[in-house]
Amino acid sequence: MTLEIRDIWKSFRHKGSVQPVLRGINLTVERGEFVSLIGHSGCGKSTLLSIVGGLLDADRGSVTLDGETITGAGPDRAMVFQNYSLLPRLSLEKNVDVAVASARPEHSRSERDDLVHRYLTAVGLWEHRQKRPHQVSGGMQQRCAVARAFAVEPRVLLLDEPFGALDALTRARLQAQLIELWQSESETEIVLMVTHGIDEAVLLSDRIVAMSNPPQPSMLDVIEVDIPRPRDRVSVLESPMSRDVQARLMALLSIDGERAA
Amino acid sequence: MSVITHDLATGDTHLTGPAGEPPTDTAGPGGEPAPPPSTGGRLTAVLASIAWALVGIAVFALLWQFGASRVDRLPSPGETMTRLRQLLAHAFADNGPNDQGIGLLLKASLTRVFKGFGIGAIVGIPLGLAMGSSPRAWRAINPIAQFLRPVSPLAWYPILLIIFLDADKASVWVISLTSLWPIVLNTAAGASTVPKDQRNVAKVFHLPRRAYVRHVLVPHTIGSTITGLRLSMGTAWMVIVAVEMMSGKTGIGNYVWQQYNAGDMTSVAASILLIGATGLLLDFGFLRLGKAVTRQEAHS
Repeated sequence: MTLEIRDIWKSFRHKGSVQPVLRGINLTVERGEFVSLIGHSGCGKSTLLSIVGGLLDADRGSVTLDGETITGAGPDRAMVFQNYSLLPRLSLEKNVDVAVASARPEHSRSERDDLVHRYLTAVGLWEHRQKRPHQVSGGMQQRCAVARAFAVEPRVLLLDEPFGALDALTRARLQAQLIELWQSESETEIVLMVTHGIDEAVLLSDRIVAMSNPPQPSMLDVIEVDIPRPRDRVSVLESPMSRDVQARLMALLSIDGERAA
Repeated sequence: MSVITHDLATGDTHLTGPAGEPPTDTAGPGGEPAPPPSTGGRLTAVLASIAWALVGIAVFALLWQFGASRVDRLPSPGETMTRLRQLLAHAFADNGPNDQGIGLLLKASLTRVFKGFGIGAIVGIPLGLAMGSSPRAWRAINPIAQFLRPVSPLAWYPILLIIFLDADKASVWVISLTSLWPIVLNTAAGASTVPKDQRNVAKVFHLPRRAYVRHVLVPHTIGSTITGLRLSMGTAWMVIVAVEMMSGKTGIGNYVWQQYNAGDMTSVAASILLIGATGLLLDFGFLRLGKAVTRQEAHS
């Protein structure tokens, strides 16, 4: 399976002037790849993710999945949002269940129960399944959102700064769970993640797309992270390869930061 | 008249008005009511509230007494309270259509109010939901709503009368029109504050329309809708008195007018007290309902 992003352009009107945000984005993501989009605020990384998710239309260009142009949002590109975005009135279990029932109406009741059970267990929420979102911590809400996304068996998983609002320890645990789910349990073949964290990007990604504000090009560089999996958090972040990637990203993004400032 | 302010930042519709709690008491979204002042305990605060309420009532009664001594035929508070007791003693006496107890009269008025209010809610809530979730519906309905809202519902009475050819039905429909706009506009304000992320979740997971309404739209709207219902009920209760004065149909408004014509101003004054008490009870009921629901629908 291949996700192809071809020549995407997108502008927004801001205080009367037109601001080009995405300026000719080209990116091909192959089956089994985890790709991160990183850059300063306003570089358009979340905009690009929304376009791939079908929540936003590009001004120009196309996104294709196995040669098929995507139109609109759909559960084949499930998303995990920054603010968890669980449905407030439903229990964690019902949140996943409603998503599966809506996204996969072809599943029988027992297949659905099976998916809900499997993914809530995988993120360690099975015993909390009766609780409602406001009764659990932000980390648990986000784990539920991750379970919900995997449970609809998407081909592409889109993550919009999924761990940004969490404390460091919770974030580390969720990162590990995410990789485990992606590699073992699921049918999901491609992950596209927007992040602010260089460490996070290096730890999780196969490739990192560094994005930038004008007058720089939209895509500064695509950096390969050639570290074998499974990756251990501590050893990966201390390895020379990872240090090299971090240094290159720092250099790319700090130039951009100075220009923006 | 009460005032609705819509806070775009928090997505909350606040109500400040004569029957509402003082503004300092209104808690934030999902928050607990502000604690009583740190000086003294909760009991002291309650006692202080009661004491000051009694002070207010005493001042009001003194002014009333003073007015009664200056204006010929204006009954004094004492006379009014005596009459009120008499009226309540025979509240449910039924001596034919022209001599009914005050309780039956209130019941007749309340029945009209609830019928009209029910129609207003049945029409207004879906209209408000549509308006709040679709910019097109908003643009289509908002100008009409804003134009018709300031029209006194009583002005519709002649038109409704030629439509329904029945004073009672026309009265009920006046109440429907009275109730309609606060319900529509408050529901629309609530529905328009569904967070973008929640709408995106519905799109990504292909939530069917019914599931969207049930799990996303209604939970985010119900608080504002209840505020709208409460405002509507308050206005409807004010308007029914005037409608009955025009329609001549049995009810508390008609009673007030009849007693005026009969020269019994003491009964008029006693009725005003009863109308106020009934309105207060209605408002209190909706306030409690609103609080119960917001507790239920605790935000994520």
